[in-house]
Parts: sequence; structure tokens; C-alpha cells
Amino acid sequence: MQRQVALIKQSLFDQGYLDEQFVELEELQDDANPNFVEEVATLYFKDSARLISNIEQALERGSFDFNRLDNYMHQFKGSSTSIGASKVKTECTMFREYCRVGNAEVFSLFRTCDECRCLRTFKQLKKEHATLRKKLEQYFQASK
Amino acid sequence: MMNQSHGRGLGSAAGSSSGRNQGGEESTAEMFPSRLRVLVVDDDPTCLMILERMLRTCLYEVKKCNRAEIALSLLRKNEHGFDIVISDVHMPDMDGFKLLEHVGLEMDLPVIMMSADDSKSVVLKGVTHGAVDYLIKPVRMEALKNIWQHVVRKRRSEWSVPEHSGSVEETGERQQQQRGEDDNASSVNQSNNSRKRKEQEGEEQGEEEDASNLKKPRVVWSVELHQQFVAAVNQLGVEKAVPKKILELMNVPGLTRENVASHLQKYRIYLRRLGGVVSQHQGNLNNSFMTGQDASYGPLSSLNGFDLQALVVTGQLPAQSLAQLQAAGLARPVMVSKSGLPDERTIFSFDSTKTRSQQTQPQMNLLHGVPTGVEARQLVGLQQQLPVRNGMSIQQQIAAVRAGHSSGMPMPQAGQQPQSSTRQTMLPNRMSERSGFSGRSSRVLPTSYTNHSSSSLAFNSFQQELPVNGFPLAGAPGLSVRKPHASSSYQEEVNSSEPGFTTPSYNMFSNRHNDWDLHSIGIAFDAESVAFSSSEAYSTSSMSRTNDHDRNQTPPSMVPRHQVYGNGGGSSVRVKSERVAVDTTAAMTFNEQYSNQEDLMSALLKQEGIAPVDTEFDFDAYSFDDIPV
Repeated sequence: MQRQVALIKQSLFDQGYLDEQFVELEELQDDANPNFVEEVATLYFKDSARLISNIEQALERGSFDFNRLDNYMHQFKGSSTSIGASKVKTECTMFREYCRVGNAEVFSLFRTCDECRCLRTFKQLKKEHATLRKKLEQYFQASK
Repeated sequence: MMNQSHGRGLGSAAGSSSGRNQGGEESTAEMFPSRLRVLVVDDDPTCLMILERMLRTCLYEVKKCNRAEIALSLLRKNEHGFDIVISDVHMPDMDGFKLLEHVGLEMDLPVIMMSADDSKSVVLKGVTHGAVDYLIKPVRMEALKNIWQHVVRKRRSEWSVPEHSGSVEETGERQQQQRGEDDNASSVNQSNNSRKRKEQEGEEQGEEEDASNLKKPRVVWSVELHQQFVAAVNQLGVEKAVPKKILELMNVPGLTRENVASHLQKYRIYLRRLGGVVSQHQGNLNNSFMTGQDASYGPLSSLNGFDLQALVVTGQLPAQSLAQLQAAGLARPVMVSKSGLPDERTIFSFDSTKTRSQQTQPQMNLLHGVPTGVEARQLVGLQQQLPVRNGMSIQQQIAAVRAGHSSGMPMPQAGQQPQSSTRQTMLPNRMSERSGFSGRSSRVLPTSYTNHSSSSLAFNSFQQELPVNGFPLAGAPGLSVRKPHASSSYQEEVNSSEPGFTTPSYNMFSNRHNDWDLHSIGIAFDAESVAFSSSEAYSTSSMSRTNDHDRNQTPPSMVPRHQVYGNGGGSSVRVKSERVAVDTTAAMTFNEQYSNQEDLMSALLKQEGIAPVDTEFDFDAYSFDDIPV
């Protein structure tokens, strides 16, 4: 079991799902707080699920409110950074960049492109997010 | 030495004994003072949890909060309950910087800002708002371990704030003593300082001023106290106000010259930051916070309900305005008590107002590349919606509104040059003799209104609109969705909840009628850098000082402005998206000052039933080239 734990963890790092921030969190774990990382991760996924749903609603509305989207993404990026969710963080950054560009875009045609990119990035973000969640669940499960 | 158990001393008995410290450096408890009482404010629960854990590991006492208003009420209820505050920049209910201002002014606690945003402009904003530090997320343990230094530093600076007169000797003594303490390990300092403080606090709570007294019971600058302070400062004149005289004027038992001195220091920094200057109206600076005796309004920032009341009291704000503002939910009847809650609500109502207006996407694209003719039409339409309040000059109304903001927009008298906000000067305004935004306003509302009147209001609405609206495209269906690039980038960088740039060049009191085309306004809006430059030309030295680091653009010169205007005649307003992208730094600075004002204005306007004007304009997005930057 130990080996499996180590393997899962290693793959998470190798594949870039997690970065050193996660290690920092693990260092905060001790006998008095044995499940700290898992608790944080749970909280993170709960909160990010809410953000994702907000973003989806915002996107479904059909009109791209780049500011609002950017707002959500900023929050998402903040919490993803804090937990060390590296890939998710990258997707957030990209999404925000497309928001920024799209917001400035004057020609509707190009703007539509930006919107497309945002949507695509968001899709990718959700995917990374889901993968991370699954893998971390495995990880915590194996650690018990 | 034995380990002492000081009231606030080290959690581990590392105490203040240097001997002991030398022995046990490795132990975490001795590395830095423990039992620092930290308040953490962040809307992100993940981050809150992590920070709490980290701080606990550093042996600090932690209280966490996910809303700024809760944090403020906690701080107000427990006057000396916390040593330091860590706050996120980007929070939904209140801008972190606003919280920072409040904490700094009311409780005089060190505040550390943090954010995932590491752009220089935001960090700078933290500095100018008085944050003692700025942490970039993800926050690491190492960064948190040393936050105690800010607490110590602040206490030391309070103790040895010498201003002019009085107890120079005692001050010198104090400093020497503190320096002596410095020789020991830092944790020793902390415990020594806290021990002294504790003992002295016990002995001399609320006693008469004693200059030789080392202890500095923390003074909570309540509303009334601050009002008295400002009144005293105004009476003396900001430049000439010295703590001793202020203290005498205030005549508050138990208040020491040092308390006043450190508060004055902060006040001055605050004024400077607001950029309130205008060489001709230097005196108006005194009117910041709460308008004093002067008729002209200094930069009004952090004004809340109580400020408004102060304004009423001093006759600057007609009670009528106050009532109106209150009706608008923008001001609360003041509580001259310490409970700052009404103020908070005021603030929050502003914020929520702002948010609402943000989200409603007003279609005021007037200032963006709109051909003059169309703009004029639009403006007229808008204008007609603006009621003119009788018996109250618009300026006063604006002042009232402004009072509710924390923004640095000064309110010049009619006919006076606008103060400060030089940063925000609109090009056209600067160009005129009056260094005001008059051009803009008059341009905007050419018809039946007097100079200040609705133009200011209109401006406000414009301003609010400006940052919010995207660039209009002729008949573009997506228009409503647009938001200026500026706003998103701004948001990103500034992490504030304000939309885009809050119109830097928003001068409600421009008295100038001129024939500047609206597009000029647009240009001004768009090119903050340009505005910066122009404002530099008009600003006093202090303004320049404040703004220098913000500007990354050309030095101020009148000429470019002229050119711009010349061009303006023929060209439509250029979209500033590109500019915005480039000049977000400039924008940021603008923003920080005016965002709240804008919100307040828009809220006020909404109250008036002024609907945003829906416009669609032909718009040439990429011809901004001729604007010198």
C-alpha cells in the first residue's frame, strides 16, 4: 500500500498535476493534524466545484461577461495555487488571458475567437480538475 | 536570566533572556515571538485554512474571517485584541485596500496584504495604502514566520515618533532604550517591548499625557476623535499642523502628543497618496477625510457615513444631501460612537451598488470613440435625466456623494481648480486654463446645466460607465457584453471589485465650458498615461511625487495635449483597449483613487433614476496612434 501511495504521488508530481506547494502542505501535517492535507483538498474541491458551476452558468448565458469570468478565475487560480494544483492553475491563467484579450477585442469576429478559446480552455480546465480530484482521492485512500 | 512569563510574552518560555536565546536558537519558539494575535481575512476558504494552519505552526494565535466586514467588526469590538491583520486583496464584499485603510486609521494595526496577483501596480497600491508587507500567493511558511517584525516595527515607530517640539529628550531616551534592546535577539525585543507596554498599560491606562512615558497604549481613533483631529489640523493648516498644537486644540484627556504625531503621520501619507494637491488650493487638502472649515473640498477619501455627518455639521454638506444620500443607502446616520458598523454598511452598500452597476453593464459608451455628434445626442439625453437639486450646489451634492466614498477626488469650489486627482485629469480639462475636468463636463453636458451641476453628475455616470463599457461597435450585438479590456485587466491586477478604471479623469467640478469634443473626453479616458502626463503638468510637486512612480509615460507637457485635441477634432475617439493594456499601471493608480467615488456616484445617479444611455456608435478601434503617450 505504501508503495502504491508513493507511486500515485510520484505520478502526480511527474505529470505536473501538483507542485511544491503541495509538499509545503504536507509538511504542515503532523500528529496533531494528521489529515490536514486531505481536509484542505476536500475543501478545495468543494469550493472549486462551486466556482466551476458559477462559471458554467456565466458561460451559458450566452454573453461573455469577461469581467465576471475573470473574477471567478482569479478566485479559482488563488485557491488552486494555494493547494499546489499546478495544471489547474495553468489553465486558469490561460483562461484569464483569453478573457483579458477578449475583453479588449473590438471586432466581434475576433472576439468570438477569444470566446471560443475561453470555452476550450475552460473545458480543459475542468478535465484537469477532475483528473486531479480522482487521483488525489486515490492517493488519500491509499494513504489510510 | 530566568524565563519570565510576560503577559504577552513568548509562548515557549524563551523569554527575554539573551542567554536563553543563545542557547536555544533552533527551537521554533525562540526564533520569533509567539502568541502574536493574527487576524486573517480571505474569501477563499482553502487559503484561509492553509494560512491558519501555517500561522498556528508559527505559534501565533489565529482568528480567521472570510468577510471584510466581519473582520472589521471583530477588530472594532476587540480594541486591542489583535496585533496584526493579514488580508487578501481581492474580496467580494470589500476591497482589501479599503479594509487596509480602515484598519490603519481606526486601529492602527499593521496590515499585510496578500494576493495571487503579483503585478507591480497592485503591490504598489499596497504600499501606498500603507500595507506593511505584500505576500504573493501561494504563501509559504517562511513568509509568515517573520510577520512579527511588522508588529515590533510599528510599536517602535509609535513610541519614538518625535515631531517638533516637546519631549525631545524623552524621545531620545526612548530611542536609546529601544536601541539597547535591539542588541538582544529579536525575540528579546519583542518580549521586552511587550512587557514594558504591558506594565505601563496597567499603570497608566488613560492618564494624562506624560511625555516621558514609554508605554503607548494603543489609541483607537474613533470617529469623534478623528473628527476632532481633522478639525484641529484644518484650523492649523495641514502644512503647519504640529502634534503639540493639534493636541492642544483637540484637548482630549489621555491623548498623548505621540498618539497625535503618529496619527498625523498617517494622515499626511494618506493625503499624499490621494494626490490632493493643487498648488492654488493647497489648503483644501485639509479637507480630506472630513471636510473642514474650508469651502473647498479636499480629497475625500474613506469618508463614510460619519464623515458625511461631519460634513453636515461643518456646514459643508447640506442636511438635505445627507438625507438623500442616506435614502440612497449610501450614508448612514452617523454614529458618533465607536461602532463602526454603520460605516461598514455604508461602505458595503457602496460596494454592492458598485457591483450592481457593474453587472448591469450600462451602455454609456459615450466616452469611447464616439463621434461627437452622437455623443452630444446621448449626452443630452442623459442630461435631461439628471435632476438638479435646488438649494444645493451640485458641488455640494457631489461632495456629499463623495463623502461617502473613499476616494481621493477633491471637490473644488466653483471656479476653482480641481485639486489632486491630477492623475486623473482628463486631457481636455488639463488643457484649459482651469486645471479641471471642466472641459469634459461641459462638453458632456452642453445644454441647460451650469458648469458644475449635472455635468458632474453626468460625469459620474459616465465615469462609472466608462470603465464598464466595452468598446462600442456599430450595431454590434455583442456590445452589451463588452467590457473594456481595461477593466478586466485592471481587475486582474488590482484585484479590486471596481470595474475597469474608475475614470481617473473625473472631475465633477469643471467649470470650463469649452468646445472640446466628446471624443476628446474619450481620449482622455482612454489614455490614462496621457492623463497622467497632463496631470503632471498641472500637479504640484507632491502630486508628481505621488505619481511619479506610477507614470511610465512621457513627462508632462502641455503640447501633447494640444495635439491630442487638435486631432480630436477630426478623429473619433480611439478605443483604448490597447492603451489600456499597456497602461494598466497608470490605470491602477487612477483606479485606486476613484473607484469608490465612482460607485458612489453611480449609486447616487441610479437613485436619481438616471438610466444609462444606450448607445451604439461607429467606432474606429485602432486609430489611437496620434495620442502621445
